[in-house]
Amino acid sequence: MSKGRGLIVTTSPHVRDEDSVTKIMYNVVLALLPALILAVRTFGLHALWLIITCSVTALASEALAQKLRGVKVTINDGSALVTALLLAMSLPPNLPLWVAVVGTVVAIILGKQIFGGLGYNYFNPALIGRAFLLASFPVLMTTWEKPFVDAQAQATPLGLMKMEGVATPYSDLFMGSVSGSLGEVSALAILIGGLYLLYKGYIDWRIPLSYLGTVVIFMTILGEDPIFHLLAGSLLAGAFFYATDMVTTPITKKGRWIFGIGAGILLVLIRIFGGYPEGVLYSIILMNMFVPIIDKYTVPTVFGEVAK
Amino acid sequence: MQAKTFEQGIHPCYNKEATASKSLKKVQTPDEVVIPLQQHIGAPCEALVEVGDKVQVGQKIGDSESFVSAPVHASVSGEVTAVGPVMTSDGSDTLAVTIASDGQNTLHESVKPKGDVESLSPDELRNIVREAGIVGLGGATFPTHVKVSVPKDKNVDTVILNGAECEPYLTVDHRMMVEAPDEVVYGLKAIMKMTGANRGYIGIELNKPDAIEEMEKAVSDEANVSVVPLEVKYPQGAEKQLIKACLDREVPSGGLPLDVGVVVNNIGTAFAITDAIKNGMPLVQRTVTVTGSAVKSPQNLIFCLGTKLEELIEQCGGTQGNVGKVILGGPMMGIAQHSTDVPATKATSGILVFQEDEVEEFEPKHCIRCARCVDVCPAFLLPVTLSKVAQADMITKLDDYNVFDCIECGSCSYVCPAKIPLLHWIRLGKAILTAQQRKSDE
Repeated sequence: MSKGRGLIVTTSPHVRDEDSVTKIMYNVVLALLPALILAVRTFGLHALWLIITCSVTALASEALAQKLRGVKVTINDGSALVTALLLAMSLPPNLPLWVAVVGTVVAIILGKQIFGGLGYNYFNPALIGRAFLLASFPVLMTTWEKPFVDAQAQATPLGLMKMEGVATPYSDLFMGSVSGSLGEVSALAILIGGLYLLYKGYIDWRIPLSYLGTVVIFMTILGEDPIFHLLAGSLLAGAFFYATDMVTTPITKKGRWIFGIGAGILLVLIRIFGGYPEGVLYSIILMNMFVPIIDKYTVPTVFGEVAK
Repeated sequence: MQAKTFEQGIHPCYNKEATASKSLKKVQTPDEVVIPLQQHIGAPCEALVEVGDKVQVGQKIGDSESFVSAPVHASVSGEVTAVGPVMTSDGSDTLAVTIASDGQNTLHESVKPKGDVESLSPDELRNIVREAGIVGLGGATFPTHVKVSVPKDKNVDTVILNGAECEPYLTVDHRMMVEAPDEVVYGLKAIMKMTGANRGYIGIELNKPDAIEEMEKAVSDEANVSVVPLEVKYPQGAEKQLIKACLDREVPSGGLPLDVGVVVNNIGTAFAITDAIKNGMPLVQRTVTVTGSAVKSPQNLIFCLGTKLEELIEQCGGTQGNVGKVILGGPMMGIAQHSTDVPATKATSGILVFQEDEVEEFEPKHCIRCARCVDVCPAFLLPVTLSKVAQADMITKLDDYNVFDCIECGSCSYVCPAKIPLLHWIRLGKAILTAQQRKSDE
């Protein structure tokens, strides 16, 4: 037995859980696969090119930004890939690839790296990318393709409902035979991924439940069809993948309820009273903005405080 | 009966299989013991012996006039060879008495039965406990006679014995409950008498079914003592969490169990009290689990206080492979040692020895605000916020986030996927804040 030679001395605890940031990120990637695969099946090869373009651009811009910032390049941690896939999911299937490049660079550089990289950004980077594209290329970003048929334009279910009062059948919404962005075509594919993340404990159930629940309640009160609003557009994707981004949502349980309810109310306001047919993007980004203040005012009651 | 528990907490790998079924084994008397004069929270003792003195087992060799302190006794018979500072397991130099054993283990004249718990008065019992140098053997080493001295304005109705043993690897309380259940109950009754409590509970986690069974048998004749099966969850054995689980009472923030009429003691402490009353034997030995991948033959040992760690490891067949880490206590709250040439004391409940290739060192990454630390904290704190505030040197803000309610269980660091040493930062911030507050009080 060595007398004090080479023993490793660290602070307690001396054991750690197996999960790591990287493991969590790649599990999110895994959870996004059903929706992405279905998107490629529905919209064809160009959708695949969009996904690849976003991914490559994200990794390259993350590496470049980290080099410029003089910090360690950590593109293997999976976070840039998650941002890329989340952005790709929010793009129209026939978007020119160079537009996707622009969106991804904005997402990574302006959405994430400029704040200090992973963990420090206030807004969901993918949504920042999408918001930028929507403001810069409004026509390209709202030109939708009819599924399984190349080059034939068709409005999204929400667009049809808002502009023409035409309801799309639930089964189409569920299985993915509607037009829309890559990731919003099939409620089923999103649910599979979302339930996987819930099961693994990588997302908190409070946000999807409160977000979706609020939408259902208010849509019902307003005399709208709540099921249609749940399944159409990117609400499910938003609830399971965008609004649950750990970095940009509250750390307290009470805060997560407030975040979900707030996003739900904003979504209803935008979809029913706003100018856009869809409101997932802004409902989440606006709530991202409130996270520091929500965290500040929802500090949990400590053990034994009630009895004081 | 439904297993009880507290809110939040974690489920680490318990790794108790290697020793859970191994009987407590008395180790050979070492040739030399080094007995620190402070093995407890409170005032250090002054040496009562000098170099060259002959001492016997159970003879008091250090004491203090301070109330919050506990005397220390010779754990072997022999000759005092040194009185001076030695390095102890917390890394500090502490005054210690070194005794060369004569191998006889002659008992000191003071070691004789003190009577029976029924006939002794609470004051007499407290004095016996004090004179025996008994401290909390769960690892905190708070002097027991202080703990069982209930202030006049407080009223204690319940005593809980902590048999949760929620730290991974450790199995000595488990073995004590299986092998000496009657002594444990006797000790519990003594504590109840000292505190004036009329209810006694023994909280045991479900992963020790044999201990639950033995303790149930031992309390079957006792009208006001019962066993409480507890869910297997860390930190189930933390005092406040244990009280919450057993009684659904919440110790007020900044308060003591006394504030909700409860005193909590460890299983080993109860046994030591019984030994002190029935046999008059002061606390000169205790139990320790020696285990881990680098230990050839993991064991539960009963050792003489002051035995060097390396000797205890040798008693378990020595080590195998390259030793990378030695931890005193459990893996969640234990202290890593940089040498095994230090004495095992009243605080030593476990010696974990791990092979080098098994010791993980974690490189902290950026926090992704996943809030797992918030979701597991048994004190309902925001570890991520506390850690960030401490790191940013905004020490005074720590109090706003209730840093003093942290029980330092380490659950936050355990779950952190970014491997941030949250508890380390919190502890550091707490220490600096305490120092600042002391300074401003002066």
